[in-house]
Amino acid sequence: MSFPWAKQYEPKLPLTRWLDERLPVPRLVYNSLGGGYPVPRNLNYFWNFGVLAGAALAIQIITGIVLAMHYAANGAVAFDSVESIMRDVNAGWFLRYAHANGASMFFIVVYTHIFRGLYYGSYKAPREMVWLLGVTIFLLMMATAFMGYVLPWGQMSFWGAQVITGFFSAIPLVGDTIRIWLLGGFAPDNAALNRFFSLHYLLPFVIAGVIILHIWALHIPGSNNPTGVDVKGEQDTVPFHPYYTAKDGFGLGIFLLIFASLLFFFPNYLGHPDNYIPANPLSTPAHIVPEWYFWPFYAILRAFTADFILPAKLWGVLAMFGSILLLFFLPWLDSSPVRSMNYRPKARIAFWVLVADILVLGYCGGAPANAFYVILSQICAAYYFAHFLIILPIISRSERPRPLPNSITEAVLNKQGGTSPAHTALKPASAH
Amino acid sequence: MVRLIASIVGAAFVLVLGIALFGSVAGVITDPVAPTAESVAHKHPKELELASNGVFGKFDRRQLQRGFQVYKEVCAACHSLRLVSFRDLQKIGYSEPEVKAIASQWVIEQPSINPETGEPATRKNIPSDRFPSPFANEVAARAANNNALPPDLSLITKAREEGTAYVHSLLTGYTKQPAALLKEFPDIKTPEGLHYNPYFANLNIAMPPPLTSDGQVTYADGTKPTMEQMSTDVSAFLTWTAEPNLEARHAAGFASIIFILLFCGLAWGAYQNVWRDVKH
Repeated sequence: MSFPWAKQYEPKLPLTRWLDERLPVPRLVYNSLGGGYPVPRNLNYFWNFGVLAGAALAIQIITGIVLAMHYAANGAVAFDSVESIMRDVNAGWFLRYAHANGASMFFIVVYTHIFRGLYYGSYKAPREMVWLLGVTIFLLMMATAFMGYVLPWGQMSFWGAQVITGFFSAIPLVGDTIRIWLLGGFAPDNAALNRFFSLHYLLPFVIAGVIILHIWALHIPGSNNPTGVDVKGEQDTVPFHPYYTAKDGFGLGIFLLIFASLLFFFPNYLGHPDNYIPANPLSTPAHIVPEWYFWPFYAILRAFTADFILPAKLWGVLAMFGSILLLFFLPWLDSSPVRSMNYRPKARIAFWVLVADILVLGYCGGAPANAFYVILSQICAAYYFAHFLIILPIISRSERPRPLPNSITEAVLNKQGGTSPAHTALKPASAH
Repeated sequence: MVRLIASIVGAAFVLVLGIALFGSVAGVITDPVAPTAESVAHKHPKELELASNGVFGKFDRRQLQRGFQVYKEVCAACHSLRLVSFRDLQKIGYSEPEVKAIASQWVIEQPSINPETGEPATRKNIPSDRFPSPFANEVAARAANNNALPPDLSLITKAREEGTAYVHSLLTGYTKQPAALLKEFPDIKTPEGLHYNPYFANLNIAMPPPLTSDGQVTYADGTKPTMEQMSTDVSAFLTWTAEPNLEARHAAGFASIIFILLFCGLAWGAYQNVWRDVKH
């Protein structure tokens, strides 16, 4: 479905006409990413990140498929096969560094995309399904990234796998049995490495499938926008192509610029040196840390240091999974009818506190587990849960939102809700 | 209903975190963390200027050759270089006949079998061989080294924090255990068979000082072989063994960045052109 004023696909060539009558793939593309998809005219640069996430996934799949042609998923040779990719495969170093840093870029983009959704209320009716599918994609990404990090079979690969699969042993009674069943042994070994490789190859295609559903669900109500106000008429929208394809082209360029700087000049900056040491089950690294994109969740896990009814470890695991699963309930926790935080003075403050809170959690998750960082993690983890489960539901009922513009066009003409965040964030709404 | 359950769950997590926080704070107050010898004496690697540093970095091939000589004459007695092949030496400026000669004259031979009897045997190295390990296996390596295992050096500069500087600092960082430190922590006296080195994580390393005097190797190019020089050279060589494609990577990086900048310029122009009549 789309807005009634959406342009219709008109095949011009005999071939495309023939195709359109039999398998209308060009029509599908036209309606979803072409001139047939009307999009609010006032989107800012934060709306580039959906397309960028798609590009990042494509980069991961392409580099990953070629890497898999050279990689051997066997504990005895996995580490050396990765080094042979680095040394002996033509441009192998490029493939591997692109894939490793591509994962980081994917997470940077997706985190920005998620926070964009949180700030502008993109999770609210009628886009709940878009949000639910998005959180599903995020969970799949985390599983894929974790299993991918195990494949080089370095020290952090091995001990990361040990720690993460150890979560399951926190389940009462059957925990250890489940852990051993998942690993195919008492500790990570060949069986685990092989199944992780199999799943690491499978899940990206599952992600691609859920992305199709994500875009499908998005196209029913259409894209949100910085004012959060519904599209009222044709004057509020522009066709996706050429307007947003052109803008996304520029965004993609900037993305590639940052990606290339990382890949070619600081390829190991985001990695851990210990993963250049082959896996050794008999030698535990001094600090086991996951990749940076898991740090906030790792900090939440480590914040639970006290037994209370349940053992501390089980609390930590529940909280860590809970910290993501609660996002599934967000559309119903935040009952404010106003989407954009630009018009929600209190919720906006809570949002920025949350951003700072998660950054601090991330820092703590990457730091050694000494008393100072544990205390900091405990405070920040408490705010994290309080924000979503207590504060936001209360604010959404008690706060008085500022007046909304009557339409997107009105906001644009009054220079509010424009493309620049300065316009959307700083101008008081009472100006018109 | 959702909000009610959520607030209960939220309150539960906050409560448990509050209890944990209370325990942590109480722990800090009643049982403050005492400084350890490592936290007091462990040193951060010294800065090391190398031609390969930075985004414009390139290898200094004469330095790599000197570093290789240090590896060959000093380190190779105990440390393997199992991911590097003799043929790779051509990339640091040795000619094909030179590489052949280096391989065939290498002291440790390549494990092999006797072609007639099938008994284990050794043969001379050829350029396509990886550098052979000085020890047959881990047990042999530990037996010969006071139960310590000399790590493989192929990736050492990437396998340690600030690896290149770390290797250089470690090699030149051996010193007598400071008396003040010993006074503060009487029970950390360096045990027999270990050596005090403030750049090593736990301060006591099994490796005896490998570079002990100036002139330990004789450089063919006339460079004065001071300890500082030998250590710098071998650190440069081990940077190359860990990242042999560094120069190709930097070159490809510059080409890519220029290409992407052009792309960005065109894309920006297209974006502005498409949107010129739409207020947004």
